[in-house]
Amino acid sequence: MIAFNTIDRTVKQIVLTLQEYSLFAGSALLNLFRPPIYWTDFLIQCDVIGFGSIPIVILSGFFTGGVLALQSSATLSSFGATAVTGRFVSLTMIRELGAVLTGIMVSGRNASSMASELGSMVVTEQIDAMRALGVDPMRKLVTPRLFATIFMLLCLTIVANAFGIMGGAAVTIVLNHQNGTQYFSTAYESLRYPDILQGLFKPLFFGYLIASIGCFYGMRTTGGTEGVGRSTIAAVVNSSVLIIFVDFLITHILLSLFPS
Amino acid sequence: MSHATTPATELPSPAPQGSPVVALRNVTVAFDGPPVFEDVSFDVAPAETRILLGPAGVGKSVLLKLILGLAPPLEGSVYLFGEDISHMPEQDLFALRARAGMVFQEGALFDSLTVRDNVAYQLIQEQVPDDEIDHRVHEALRFVGLEETFALYPASLSGGMRRRVAIARALIHQPELILYDSPTGGLDPVTCDTIIELIVKQRDVRATPSLLVTHRLQDAFTLCTHRFDSEQGRMVPLPEGQTIRNTTFLMLNEGHLIFDGSLHELVHSQDAFVREFLE
Repeated sequence: MIAFNTIDRTVKQIVLTLQEYSLFAGSALLNLFRPPIYWTDFLIQCDVIGFGSIPIVILSGFFTGGVLALQSSATLSSFGATAVTGRFVSLTMIRELGAVLTGIMVSGRNASSMASELGSMVVTEQIDAMRALGVDPMRKLVTPRLFATIFMLLCLTIVANAFGIMGGAAVTIVLNHQNGTQYFSTAYESLRYPDILQGLFKPLFFGYLIASIGCFYGMRTTGGTEGVGRSTIAAVVNSSVLIIFVDFLITHILLSLFPS
Repeated sequence: MSHATTPATELPSPAPQGSPVVALRNVTVAFDGPPVFEDVSFDVAPAETRILLGPAGVGKSVLLKLILGLAPPLEGSVYLFGEDISHMPEQDLFALRARAGMVFQEGALFDSLTVRDNVAYQLIQEQVPDDEIDHRVHEALRFVGLEETFALYPASLSGGMRRRVAIARALIHQPELILYDSPTGGLDPVTCDTIIELIVKQRDVRATPSLLVTHRLQDAFTLCTHRFDSEQGRMVPLPEGQTIRNTTFLMLNEGHLIFDGSLHELVHSQDAFVREFLE
């Protein structure tokens, strides 16, 4: 009986959290189409989220491309097909890894920072102060973060893809002593529009998830500084897991629409 | 405490007139458990200062938040500037809240903004020209005696200075109501006096209605027994036995409003808890 009650309570809690999250994320999205729109805050968040994440995105993209080239050339050499290393790296980066890796890196950096920043503002009554001053924290704090993350994650994914292909090229040319022109030509020629569409479509969803989850957990923080820590962990864990789950769903849908 | 024993000869200051700025009618508040307080009713009239007393954890801060619609009532009605805000949508509340000022317990200044931007927060949102903002921020900071902190960040201010900046932020818009949530809590006596003097100054110079939460009796009695002398530029005590008529008391205990009246009525109350609280 105790176990049944615990399961009952937990399921209700999960459903309630999902309901609250849906209302929160929907409201943040719709705010972009209703004034006032805080463009200055949007640009500030673009700087914090986008430009601040460039170093980690470049490094993770470059070395992931390098690892892909190392691993694939080892396997492909047994079939005498090392010439298609460029194709393998570019397709994997653009269709899949560029978006997912960038999403997870940005989630670790920005979902945590949003949850902790907003959470600290909640526990120090700064959010209440903002409401008392007649300013809507959803419009002022959440909506600019949401759209800045969506926009900048798209840009960062393109950067990660480019540096991933360059990382693969560096390994192919310097370590595997293969022809660079061949690498780049196979990388370019194998790409089709559906591949690029898939790679650029995913960051829009990932950005929405990262910012909405980070802000959601930040804004519902309770329990002082300990609560801020809990919100930060929940934001990073949930956004990272959901990125991978949503990636699976989008890939499945897009592959059904544009079979290879 | 000595003030409490003097018989109150009330000053002939004008009695509060007109419809109340704030009115609570049979309000009950609860958050996932037993009620914080039940069936609370009182008014704040124009130009009236009400001092809300009570032990820690009794729901005084919640009551202030309730008045601005920052916390919802479970039952009853809350009227702010004559409008029932009990079930008002959040979007409609912003305009009403902007007409009031609130000083939070720890100041609640925005860490990432300078003192200038904190104090001018509302004006910046309203896109007031920068020159006018600077002028009004200097004026507000001069009022609280902190003009030199204009370009500083809240992290570099002491606790007392942060409260005074919070008061400047609440006053810059010339609010029609001010809510003070324990403005002197946790501060040294000298800083407490400075802040109480500011509250007295705002009350006597601008006649802004206010509700002040405190558990420091000394501050409450000072508010009742002092007035601001504009010529001397400081707070001065009233003659022995006189009190400010439009500064009255409320007391919350164990979820109920157990007292609503003047200083004279407070010190002569026969309620056991009130007596214990005063002693």
